[in-house]
Amino acid sequence: MTTLLIADHNNETLADSTLKAVSAASQMGGDLHILVAGAGAASVADEAAKIEGVAKVLLAEASPLQKQLAEPMADLVVSLAGDYTTIASAASTSGKNFMPRIAALLDCSQISEILSVEDENTFTRPIYAGNAIATVRTSEAKKVITIRTTAFAAAALGGSANVEAVPVPDDSGLSSFLSEELTKSDRPELTSAKIVISGGRGMQSGDNFPMLEKIADRLGAAVGASRAAVDAGFVPNDYQVGQTGKVVAPDLYIAVGISGAIQHWAGMKDSKVIVAINKDEEAPIFQVADYGLVADLFTAIPELDEELQKAGL
Amino acid sequence: MKILVPVKRVVDYNVKVRVKPDESGVDLANVKMSMNPFCEIAIEEAIRLREGGTASEIIVVSVGEQAAQETIRTGLAMGADRGILVKSDAALEPLGIAKILKAVIEAEQVDLVILGKQAIDGDNNQTGQMLAALLGWSQGTFASDLKIAGEKIDVTREIDGGLQTISLKMPAIITTDLRLNEPRYASLPNIMKAKKKPIDIKELSEYGVDASPRLEILKVAEPASREAGVVVESVAELVDKLKNEAGVF
Repeated sequence: MTTLLIADHNNETLADSTLKAVSAASQMGGDLHILVAGAGAASVADEAAKIEGVAKVLLAEASPLQKQLAEPMADLVVSLAGDYTTIASAASTSGKNFMPRIAALLDCSQISEILSVEDENTFTRPIYAGNAIATVRTSEAKKVITIRTTAFAAAALGGSANVEAVPVPDDSGLSSFLSEELTKSDRPELTSAKIVISGGRGMQSGDNFPMLEKIADRLGAAVGASRAAVDAGFVPNDYQVGQTGKVVAPDLYIAVGISGAIQHWAGMKDSKVIVAINKDEEAPIFQVADYGLVADLFTAIPELDEELQKAGL
Repeated sequence: MKILVPVKRVVDYNVKVRVKPDESGVDLANVKMSMNPFCEIAIEEAIRLREGGTASEIIVVSVGEQAAQETIRTGLAMGADRGILVKSDAALEPLGIAKILKAVIEAEQVDLVILGKQAIDGDNNQTGQMLAALLGWSQGTFASDLKIAGEKIDVTREIDGGLQTISLKMPAIITTDLRLNEPRYASLPNIMKAKKKPIDIKELSEYGVDASPRLEILKVAEPASREAGVVVESVAELVDKLKNEAGVF
């Protein structure tokens, strides 16, 4: 019984989400192997080999794998799948893209975004935007699973697994990478940040987001947004926290001018401490926030900046 | 070019669903049902491709119970040309749906499939990718922009951290993300016209596909609830509480 976990990385460093996915995969029992598929990704494989609980790292390198496009990734994983009882990955946009393709090629169902491992065949997962949690049991000989990494702690380092190169099947030529436009930011990535400050429709304009950025920089936080703010064009979609965006679970989540629609709630409800700043005291966000401040954000946010400075932050 | 748009009838996105007391599922009695929002975006994109002269025909297909016909009718009112309902009263999983859609696609000879990235009930985010695998087609998931040029289609995708543009060989499967477009409302004259558009009703058995479920849902429970906290009077009090009570700084 062995699990193959597909690593998330950018060919230079391993993503934090992979450490969390290792914790989830370790709970499934049996040995754990990690697949690093990329181009010039040997340093990532070395990093993966140091994660505690990893028995072996497979390194597959070829230029079509550089961006982990679904077609070559699926062909690769299917070529390796014979030896494994479980194939898993983080539910990142990359895992969400290639995992169902792998599952269908293996004629297996997939269990998406698991929140917990109940036993080797039973898992919980959110449905209806997290408004219900389903407990699902599979009877498949091979399991294909994606992991909601915010639900798991990061695995520790301290292992020393072997790295083994594996052959890569010929590229089907179905898809090719053209370009990428990544949001440049010195702030931490939304899904791994310890503190997140998000703005909603109440921000009124994208021009007002620098107010939040200033606070974010003071706290070492990431900046997010509600779907309403994204739909209104204030900020790009990769800021979006919610059912249709990113799921975050930081130590502190500050919701500014966000009413707290179900769709947003689904993306941040597992945060340890939630703060809501909204001028509408009836806003549903106050029913779930640990600390609520009924105030106009345009006066409260500059004040917050001052108070944080006073507090030595 | 023929475009197929698979759609799903789901609980309306404004409805807060409730779990049944016996934890057997969510309560769908007397709940408003609508077309899955990502499916509306898929239909809109197909219509725009037809308006731009790239597509010649748009077929809306749904797999589900008789009532899914209403959802297909909504797609026809938006502007799709005809519908297919594959009737099944059983709850199907994405792999089963993908197998049925593959059979429909082979019968209809379509060149492009556009569908939602996920349905907001099961939140699986699997069907499009699985369909691409079964057909051996390319896939462009979480699309925020499409450009078709001859045998190729350039797809801009929403990825963690930004946008990625890839080139796909046609035929292809596209799954839609939120920013691809803003779906139109069906006008009253178009709703009337849609009543005359044809919907083929098929039985699942006609396709000879084994779509039996592989997973068993043991229970469906309420998520852990969170209690409302305190309302603070000032920003100073907030910072004090965060620092000294919550200990997050």
